[in-house]
Amino acid sequence: MGTGNSIALSKPGEEYRVHYLNAKYGIKSWLLTTDHKRIAWLYFISTSFFFVIGGLAATFMRLNLVSPQGALVQPATYNKLFTMHGTIMIFFFLAPAVPTVLGNFLIPMMIGARDVAFPKLNLLSWYIFITAGATFLWCAISGGVATGWTFYTPLSSTYTNTHVISAAMAVFISGFSSILTGLNFIVTIHKMRAPGMTWFRLPLFIWALYATSIIFILAMPVIAITMALLVVERIFHVGIFDPALGGDPVLFQHLFWFFGHPEVYILILPSLGVISELIAAFSRRRVFGYEFVAFSSFAIAFISFLVWGHHMFVSGQSIYAGIFFSAMTMAVAIPSAVKVFNWIATLYKGSVALDAPMLYALGFIGLFTIGGLTGLYLASTGLDIFLHDTYFVVAHFHYIMVGGAIMGYMGGLHYWWPKMTGKRYPEHWARVAALIIFIGFNLTFGPQFILGVEGMPRRYATYPPKFQFLNIMSSAGASILAVGYLLPAIYLLWSIKYGPAAGPNPWGAKGLEWTTASPPPVHNFDVIPIVTEEAYAYGHEPAVVGSAAS
Amino acid sequence: MANEQVTVAEEHRGLVKEQFDDSLQQYQASNLGMWLFLATEVLFFGGLLASLTIYRYQYFHAFAIGSHFLSVFWGGTNTAVLICSSLTMALAVRAAQLSKRKDLIVFLVFTLCLGILFLFIKFGEEWHHEYLEGLAPGVNFTYHGPHAPHVELFMFFYFALTGLHALHMIVGCGILITLIILAARNRFKEHFTPVEIAGLYWHFVDIVWIFLYPLLYLLGGRFGH
Repeated sequence: MGTGNSIALSKPGEEYRVHYLNAKYGIKSWLLTTDHKRIAWLYFISTSFFFVIGGLAATFMRLNLVSPQGALVQPATYNKLFTMHGTIMIFFFLAPAVPTVLGNFLIPMMIGARDVAFPKLNLLSWYIFITAGATFLWCAISGGVATGWTFYTPLSSTYTNTHVISAAMAVFISGFSSILTGLNFIVTIHKMRAPGMTWFRLPLFIWALYATSIIFILAMPVIAITMALLVVERIFHVGIFDPALGGDPVLFQHLFWFFGHPEVYILILPSLGVISELIAAFSRRRVFGYEFVAFSSFAIAFISFLVWGHHMFVSGQSIYAGIFFSAMTMAVAIPSAVKVFNWIATLYKGSVALDAPMLYALGFIGLFTIGGLTGLYLASTGLDIFLHDTYFVVAHFHYIMVGGAIMGYMGGLHYWWPKMTGKRYPEHWARVAALIIFIGFNLTFGPQFILGVEGMPRRYATYPPKFQFLNIMSSAGASILAVGYLLPAIYLLWSIKYGPAAGPNPWGAKGLEWTTASPPPVHNFDVIPIVTEEAYAYGHEPAVVGSAAS
Repeated sequence: MANEQVTVAEEHRGLVKEQFDDSLQQYQASNLGMWLFLATEVLFFGGLLASLTIYRYQYFHAFAIGSHFLSVFWGGTNTAVLICSSLTMALAVRAAQLSKRKDLIVFLVFTLCLGILFLFIKFGEEWHHEYLEGLAPGVNFTYHGPHAPHVELFMFFYFALTGLHALHMIVGCGILITLIILAARNRFKEHFTPVEIAGLYWHFVDIVWIFLYPLLYLLGGRFGH
């Protein structure tokens, strides 16, 4: 029902209206803007750019793996490719994408504020992000780095000749961008809510971003200081992590994963929030167990700080530490399952509309579940020793990162695109693209589970010939996936110019962001709204009474 | 508190930014923002302090030797200097809340002088001395006694932690100079939020030193064990 009802609102000769996109023109009005909506666009453009670069690196990797001897590049180049792919995707696309694009655009609108609490700081975050990104590109251009995105010592501190310092500096700088964004979001959510917008009336996307921001604030400084130590060690040759100089390389792993695992939840939590919005809007029901879904985000954020050792089951940590980390990791499954079950319960007897954003949401539920359950395999200490550093791990985290985080991002981008641009995208093409992405994704990463169980290690440019068939399947899937990502790039851009006008609420959805015009005015609302109803107030549920009567 | 009267005055002078409804909201948001920033800082120093603790446990004797090279006198003097600067900062915040411009400027200048004195002792007396003694890891390290590599590790943590702390002090001095200029222009009349959050930052940097001093200078067998 989401598609048809808004066409009537779009008339070619619509009267001229000032909104955030046409209030000012010129490059300066964008680069010096403090409007959260314009900053969201700055982030959208820059993170999309990094997505393309990271995607290109992955393309070369998959092409190389078509042949057991390596079809395309030297092993040393391959090492640089997977490092570039991992570092760019994690620090310059996945971590910022949903919070800084959708979050920046939507947090003030969803809570009924004119802007975030600190608009200048918001712009500063973007400039820090761009500085970090430029530093990493400089690293890539000057020869690249070949340590993997984890920068493990002593490889990174002593043995590799590649450009570790600039790469580590890039990560160091990017941390501060995320910290300031997280700080801004938390203060905004606490202090800028419209009258009547109580905590339990907040959309679940806001709860998810709040939990994400907490992780930003507490995990990012640790990676920053760790990267700084790595740089100092490389420059001055003091033995912080280098055993030859008296340091302890495992300490680096502890510090890195103390940040690294919460980082994984930074990537997925915002998308979990997006999915809650999509499921509610396209099944026309209040999210089942709203409070549980809200608090499950916090539970995930909290537990995320207690699981880092599950990356180190084979690093010689004590067996009791291993048992603790294993148990805590399994505990993450509980809040994750709370979300999945509550989404499914929301769908039950809802009036489900299969528009493109909903296709992404449904795809997300399946892929996230697979990614989560395979995570439990890896959380069991015994099984992990068998699967450690194999393609099983690669498949597992891509089901969470790509199947989860990016699917959520794509779904959210489609859902709020009419609000951001004031235009509708071609729904038919969007559904086709969602389907192609789903198929391409599973074909790419499904075979990697089998490869991992059969023993193919990750991060190698070559492999025994018996793995070739599954690798070709995976590469073929990657090319389908690439088509799936190209399509939205084309039709979304097309829609900015040629799409029909969207009207304020094309989906007939609830939420303050849909009560204002599309694109929104500069200060979001003509009058600050007074909130009198809960989130997702989609009318009465006819379910129980209605079905009994008939 | 006295916020309600202040509100009206601030709004009249255009000191409430456009995204806020009123001065109270701006005050609360700024305060919360600074506290969150300090939470980040705790974790920032925390990574280093955790590493220091682990290595102290592993290389106890080497770290005791390293600790002996540090000057308890100058470290102690600096501790006193910083505690005094915390007092003057607190008095400055109080003066700002009461809109006493002269007091505010005097206390801010006192705080700034104490901050500069701290940095002078840190760099001029301590770091300079330790560099000349050949205790600077990676730059000029000439100690060849027992546990040399791990003594170097201790000295590295000493320079890293006190250096990071000094960097925060330098930033703090910059903030103080800005505040003094603005106070001279009577910017803080009935508008004390910036002074208060700068105060939070300054106290935090002081507290970091309160942890660093015993961890680096005193712990590790100086007074027998």
